Amino acid sequence: MPEQTSVGIELADVTKRYPGSREPAVDGFTMTINPGETTIFVGPSGCGKTTTMRMINRLIEPTSGRIVIGGDDALSLDADDLRRRIGYAIQQAGLFPHLTVAQNVGVVPGLLKWPKKRIEARVEEMLSLVGLEPEEFLRRYPRQLSGGQQQRVGVARALAADPPVLLMDEPFGAVDPITRGNLQDELLRLQAELHKTIVFVTHDFDEAVKLGDRIAVLGDRSRILQYDTPEAILANPADDTVAGFVGAGASLKQLTLLRVRDIVLGSAITASVEEAPSSVRQRMATEGRKFALVLDNRRRPLRWVHDRQLGGASLAGIGRPVGDVVSTQSTLQDALEAILTEGGDAVVTGPRGEYAGTVQLDTVVAKIRELREEHQS
Amino acid sequence: MIKVSLWEFVTDRWPRLAAEAYQHASVVIQCTLIATLVGVLAGVAVYRSPIGSTIATALASTILTIPSFALLGLLIPLVGLGVAPTVTALVLYALLPIVRNTIVGLGGVDSAVTDAARGIGMNRMRVLTLVELRLAWPAILAGMRVATQMLMGIAAIAAYAKGPGLGTEIFSGLNRAGAANAVNQALAGTLGIVLMALLIDGLYLLVARLTTSRGIRA
Ligand SMILES: Nc1ncnc2c1ncn2[C@@H]1O[C@H](COP(=O)(O)OP(=O)(O)O)[C@@H](O)[C@H]1O
Ligand SMILES: [Mg+2]
Repeated sequence: MPEQTSVGIELADVTKRYPGSREPAVDGFTMTINPGETTIFVGPSGCGKTTTMRMINRLIEPTSGRIVIGGDDALSLDADDLRRRIGYAIQQAGLFPHLTVAQNVGVVPGLLKWPKKRIEARVEEMLSLVGLEPEEFLRRYPRQLSGGQQQRVGVARALAADPPVLLMDEPFGAVDPITRGNLQDELLRLQAELHKTIVFVTHDFDEAVKLGDRIAVLGDRSRILQYDTPEAILANPADDTVAGFVGAGASLKQLTLLRVRDIVLGSAITASVEEAPSSVRQRMATEGRKFALVLDNRRRPLRWVHDRQLGGASLAGIGRPVGDVVSTQSTLQDALEAILTEGGDAVVTGPRGEYAGTVQLDTVVAKIRELREEHQS
Repeated sequence: MIKVSLWEFVTDRWPRLAAEAYQHASVVIQCTLIATLVGVLAGVAVYRSPIGSTIATALASTILTIPSFALLGLLIPLVGLGVAPTVTALVLYALLPIVRNTIVGLGGVDSAVTDAARGIGMNRMRVLTLVELRLAWPAILAGMRVATQMLMGIAAIAAYAKGPGLGTEIFSGLNRAGAANAVNQALAGTLGIVLMALLIDGLYLLVARLTTSRGIRA
């Protein structure tokens, strides 16, 4: 298995029958997992997600089938060797309580017999990568960490030997919602940098939508109900079961997948503070607009003014201050939120806070409709 | 022999008492170590199976219910007099707390931890030696401590089989009841055992502190 380049995973007709149970827990599972992508297994509890994932690193031996990782037949490799090249992070983190954070993160490089100096350097690098200050955390023991910090260390440990594949079984399932959100953001940031082949198990569809490049919605015995991009699944669930799992508000969830930069920005009538109100009013009348946006001398949005407020001698101090603004990186959900709180178009700003355009409600609605049609095939 | 105070008795016979005390502690500690080796191996062999664990614990408890006199007596025809029956009996008695604590300690290791250990590529032996036994160590050590305390008393009875240790003084003192210094002799042996037991207990605390990771220290 090459260490650096991304590797794909092929599962072909993989079945697991636990001793003593009549029904297989995983029944003829076939899937191609793309290299360098995050693939999410999502489905109700007990549907076989964990079993399927654990067959990839052979913590569970398949009853039958083939698993190929980066071109190598996983079932014919030494299982312990295989696992040292596949990162593994689980819900309770499973840190070694008797070892320090540094020792925990250094375990796999140690098993791989890296020189001591290289391990030390790597441990520090990994801790920084997951957002933990090495100086502060190296010598701590797991019990001196919060749940979220333990998860970060768990991820650092999983990534320490730079495995091309990372398996994560509900890694953020046991932390509070705010911490979970932060950890998800961190994982997205990490993955944007590292491009690992990640297989991520969750029963939370929103988490799947947020993190996944591709989502496999699984039913009983790990049957694949739908395997597609989050956009496609939200826009067009394969059947009623998937639709039920996607849950209410699929359109709202789609908004979390789209960024302001994905749509065509609208434009407002803008005016600098120095401009005479009468001239602004004239421009508004020509374009048939009721509102204008006043910018400061660095083109940052200040206030919305209504044409009825333009009777005075200056634009200074009149109108309603702009509240929520969004950036081109913001999701359409953020934009919609801003539209609703502002009671009108949302203002989009650029990197230095300068006015860049507006998002209009109609554009958002049209974008959703367009996605629906695109995936309706 | 004229009757003297306990203090005079002890100072008079110091070299001999000291040698017996040393032998007493030495046989107890060595037996604890042998029992630890056997007990931990037995615990490791059975802890994954509920039935095996129950059987091992039951066997070890049964041994403990045999009165020490009887066990020594029964061992003499098998292994002769002296050190052999003493060591055999003491090791057998020490097994219960050690086997039981090994099973409890290993059973108490969080399955998420062993799962992660397997998942990141430790083989079974490494999981056992680098993770499970390290985490079970405080429990095993506590079992050894109980075993040692128990053996300090039981070892005195080993004098009955001509075993080494301070039991010799107690037996001889009790046999000569009424004679000069008989009480002193029995007392010297008994107090010696109690003092050593306290001392060794203190040593255990020190060892526990030095050998238990700060991450799992209570
Ligand atoms: N070690 C096992 N022995 C027997 N049955 C098991 C074992 N592990 C899981 N199962 C069964 O296999 C099915 C799938 O379990 P699992 O893969 O853990 O599901 P999920 O991760 O989706 O919740 C369940 O019905 C579960 O009861
Ligand atoms: Mg599971």
